[in-house]
Amino acid sequence: MPDDDAREDGHKNGDADVEDKEKSAPTPPDDDVAAAVVERFPGTVFHRSHGQPVVYVDRAVWAEMGEFLRDEQQFTQCMDVTAVDHLVDAERLSVPGVDPERFEVVANLLSHPRNRRIRAICEVPPGDASVPSLTGTYPGMNFAEREVYDMFGISFTDHPDLARILMPDDWAGYPLRKDDAPGRVPVTFKEDPSPR
Amino acid sequence: MSDTRDPSEGTDARTKHVFISDPALTRLTDEGSQELVVTGGPWPEPDEAEGDTMIINMGPQHPSTHGVLRVMLELDAETVVRAKPVIGYLHTGMEKTGEELTYVQGATNVTRMDYASPLANELVFSMAVERLLDIDVPARASWIRMYLVELNRMASHLLFQATNGLDMGALSMIVYGWREREETLRLLETITGLRMNNNFIRPGGVAADLPDGWQDDTIAVCETVEKGVREYDELLTNNPIWRERLQGVGVITTEQALALSASGPILRSTGFPWDLRKAQPVLAYDEVDFDVIYTENGDCFDRYRIRLLEILESVKIVRQCVEKMPPGDYRVQDRKVTPPPRARIDESMEALIHHFKLFTEGFKVPAGETYVAIESPRGEIGCYLVADGTGKPCRLHIRGPSFYNLQSMTPMMEERLIADAVAVISSVDPIMGEVDR
Repeated sequence: MPDDDAREDGHKNGDADVEDKEKSAPTPPDDDVAAAVVERFPGTVFHRSHGQPVVYVDRAVWAEMGEFLRDEQQFTQCMDVTAVDHLVDAERLSVPGVDPERFEVVANLLSHPRNRRIRAICEVPPGDASVPSLTGTYPGMNFAEREVYDMFGISFTDHPDLARILMPDDWAGYPLRKDDAPGRVPVTFKEDPSPR
Repeated sequence: MSDTRDPSEGTDARTKHVFISDPALTRLTDEGSQELVVTGGPWPEPDEAEGDTMIINMGPQHPSTHGVLRVMLELDAETVVRAKPVIGYLHTGMEKTGEELTYVQGATNVTRMDYASPLANELVFSMAVERLLDIDVPARASWIRMYLVELNRMASHLLFQATNGLDMGALSMIVYGWREREETLRLLETITGLRMNNNFIRPGGVAADLPDGWQDDTIAVCETVEKGVREYDELLTNNPIWRERLQGVGVITTEQALALSASGPILRSTGFPWDLRKAQPVLAYDEVDFDVIYTENGDCFDRYRIRLLEILESVKIVRQCVEKMPPGDYRVQDRKVTPPPRARIDESMEALIHHFKLFTEGFKVPAGETYVAIESPRGEIGCYLVADGTGKPCRLHIRGPSFYNLQSMTPMMEERLIADAVAVISSVDPIMGEVDR
C-alpha cells in the first residue's frame, strides 16, 4: 500500500510538472509589433486576449517600452493608462509565463500610420507600488497617471506632477483599491479626534 | 457586420475624406513640431520683484466653464502666462460603482458619464461585455445602435453650437441650437423612452425594437436639423465678428495634439483626418457613406466648423439607416444574456427562472480583459473591462475623451488673452461628467 501511494503520488507530481511546464511556456507572438517588443525586451510575454494583442512587460522597462513603441514602431499615441486591483478576484485570467501580482498597470497604445493597437500590461506588487512614468514619451499620460496614483496609490517615478487629481488633496486612502470602502462613513463624536 | 470585430487589426484604407478648402482660412500653424514637456507641481507664489503676474481661478462656478471645470490662470496683465485645468469637482466614483453593479445594470451607470452623448457610453460598454462573452449581435441591432449613436452625435454637436454661441456672445445661438437639439432628443425619447441617460443599448443588443412610424419621424428631424445647420452657417460662418473672435485663437498643432492624446474634433482640426468610424469601423459604419471632416488650422474656428459639418454627416448616416435598416432580431437570442419576452414569463417556468436570475444576479462573464474603442462626438471613448468570472466586473474603466482633451487646453491658452481662454474652453467642448466620472 505505501508503495502504491508513493507511485500514485509520484504519478500525480509528474503530471503536475508536465502541466506546469506547458502552462509556463508563453505563446509565441503572432503579431509583428508584439514580436518586436518580445525581441527587444526579453522576458516579455505575449498573449492574445479576445483577438487583441497584449504584451506583459517587466515594469523596469516600462518607460523604455514606451519609447521603443513610439520611436521604432510608429505608435503615435498612447490612448489610455489605467490600473486594476486583483485583490479579491474570484477567478483571474492566467497568462502562461506571467507572475501575477496584486496590481496591474495597463496602457493602450494606438498607431495611426499602421492603424493598429497594442496593449501593454505590467505587474506591480503592493509592497513597492511604483512604475516608471510614460509622460516623458507621451505627455498626454499626465492626467491618466495622476488618476491611477489617486485611485490606486501606484506612484509613477519621474512624473512631474504626481498629485491627487479627482479626490481632495487631503483624502486618506485610495478609492479604487478593493480593500478601500469609500462608502463607509466613520461616525465622529464631538471632541473626538478626526478620523482623517 | 459583427459587432465584436476586432478593431486592433488594421483595415485597408477605404477612407474618403473631405477637406474644407476655404481661401479665407490661411494656415496659421507654422510653429511646426515643438517639443512638449509636461510640467507641474504646486505653483509658487508669483515673484513680486520679477514682474506683476497674478494667479486667478476661472471656475469652478464660471458660466463659461461648462459645468465645474476650474482653470488656474497666471496672468500678466491680460495675457495668460500659464494655464492649468483643475478637475475633480464632479467626481462621484462611477468606476467604483461599476464594480458593484451587474453587467445588466452596468449600462445604467456608464450612460451618466458623458451626459451629452449617453448612447456612446452605453455602446462602448455593451461592446466590451459582448467581446468578453464572445457573442455577435444581430445585424438589425447593430444598425439600430449606429442609428441611435448618430442621432445622439447630432444632439451633442447641436448642444455645442448652442453653448459655443452663448460663450462667444452670439446669444441667439443658444435658442437656435436648443431648438434643433430638442427635436432630436424628442425623437430619442420616442424610441428609447428617455431624452437623456437612455439605457437603451445593452449587452446583447438594444432594449426594444424601433417604434412604428420611426422612419417618418426621423426624416422630419433630419430636415429640421439640416435647415437649422444652414441657418447657423449663414448666421456665423461668414460673420466677420465671429471670424475675428475665433480665427487664429487657441491654435494647436498636430504634433501637440498627438502628444497630448487628444482625439476627435481637436485632432481633426489640425489637419489629421483620423476618425475611428472610418479607420477601425465597428457596427455597420463600413456599409454607410459618409465623410471625415477635417481642417488644417487647428484653431477654435475650425473646431466650430468641423462640429457644424459633422452634424450633416450624421444626418447623412441617419438617412441611410432609414433606407437600409435590415429586418430581424434587435437583440441576441441567448436566454442567458437577454431577458425573455414578457409574454413568455406567463407560460414558461424556464423563462420565469431566466428572467429572475438575469435581473437579480445577472449573467456571468468568463475571466478576461478587453479594451474597446469607438468614436464618440468628443473623440475616442474606450472601455477597459476586466471580468473575474462573476456577475460583476472586476474593473470597469472608461477612457473619457474629454479627460484627455482637457490637457490640450494648456498649449491653446498660453500666451493668449484671457478673453480667448473662454473661446478655448468652449471649443474643447469638455463634459465634466465624463472627465471626473
